[in-house]
Amino acid sequence: MELILIFFSAAIVNNFVLSYFLGICPFIGVSNKISSAFSMGLATTFVMVITSIVTWLIYHMILLPYHLEFLQYVSFILVIASLVQFVEMFIKKVSQPLYRALGIFLPLITTNCAILGLALFIVLREYTFVEGIFYGLGAGIGFTLAITIMAGIREELDLADVPEPFKGAPITLIVAGILAMAFMGFSGLIT
Amino acid sequence: MTDTLIVALTTMGGLGFIFAGGLAIADKKLRVEENPLIGQINDVLPGANCGACGKAGCYDFAVNVVDGKMKVNGCPVGGEDVANLIANLLGVETDIAIKQVPRILCRGGNNEAKNKHANYIGPKSCSVMEVVAGGNKLCDFGCLGGGDCIAACQFSALIMNDNNLPEVIEDLCTSCGLCAKACSKKIIEMHPIDRRVFVFCKSHYDPKKSREVCSAACIGCGICARISDSGIEMKNNLAEIDYDSFYALSFPFDKCKTKAISYLN
Repeated sequence: MELILIFFSAAIVNNFVLSYFLGICPFIGVSNKISSAFSMGLATTFVMVITSIVTWLIYHMILLPYHLEFLQYVSFILVIASLVQFVEMFIKKVSQPLYRALGIFLPLITTNCAILGLALFIVLREYTFVEGIFYGLGAGIGFTLAITIMAGIREELDLADVPEPFKGAPITLIVAGILAMAFMGFSGLIT
Repeated sequence: MTDTLIVALTTMGGLGFIFAGGLAIADKKLRVEENPLIGQINDVLPGANCGACGKAGCYDFAVNVVDGKMKVNGCPVGGEDVANLIANLLGVETDIAIKQVPRILCRGGNNEAKNKHANYIGPKSCSVMEVVAGGNKLCDFGCLGGGDCIAACQFSALIMNDNNLPEVIEDLCTSCGLCAKACSKKIIEMHPIDRRVFVFCKSHYDPKKSREVCSAACIGCGICARISDSGIEMKNNLAEIDYDSFYALSFPFDKCKTKAISYLN
């Protein structure tokens, strides 16, 4: 029960993008098409789950016993950067069109604050190993959900009559704000 | 203290080593075979990733050249040398393009152009001056002298002269066109390097106002259009040269009172 709560808390109630405002860069950058947005979400989810596993292990097996907590940022970044490199190679091998569609935003997962935020939250909230995995999975699914909804809206938005100064990024940011407000309706359900 | 240092160093070193090893193995397993020509062409390109070719970077250009979507001389920065190298690699002929260089089409420096009564004090940048009441000069079309073009040039091919006008050092110029994009007055244009005659003014003011604001302006008298057989046209108080039909050798340059239309020296 606890695990399910953690999962839904991360995915919907405390959605990383829409209530913590982490990872806005790919959220705006790759939400042009549903297909590429969904793939971006999956790639981020993958990185998030593996990050939560590896960083938990590193933190509890190495950093805590040797009193090296001050190394957590450096070592977490190292983990994330290596994982993203791996995902990049993997996607390039599996799907060239997807690799081109994600473009610069794929290596930029490295600097996606949502992932570093996830690793630090897990430490901060003293989750156990399994809880950490569920939290990472929830956060990833939440990111996928948010970016896919956003892409769906933006695909419709292409056909809408948007005033000239609002075209492109401005209207996207406005939509993101309204979307965030909608997600605020969930706040307080699970803390 | 030293203990912590050593443990920290070993930990980070060890972690780095493990991840590096993992990535090295993954690289071997997941390597994508691509056309080796792309790598070779990428190596001969300048590697500045300036985007002057219209592609996202040098690698993207290389991919497109191999696909035949870009011409071998599509890299303006590399110029003739790079075009020849790429042509050799691909086994095709080069059609050599003449080098393009930026021309500053304004001669209204500090000595020629009159200033407004109020003095501009602020950051030395054209884009800022432009917002603050259009800068120091009375002329709304001329060079502001803020040096945005010089800041934009990655190859130090532009310098500001004593008269507060930018000058192009042709040998250093790589034809990337970034200065022309940076110019907020749009007075920098890219022209073939062998083109030497220009109208060095962009002012559309009427003759009276032109004379008031700058001594080097095209005052819109139209004498150039009347005396030359063809090639010069007056458009909105400004002489415009049609380079396809203009013949510089027979043109009487001394007829232009303000020397707005003249040879580049």
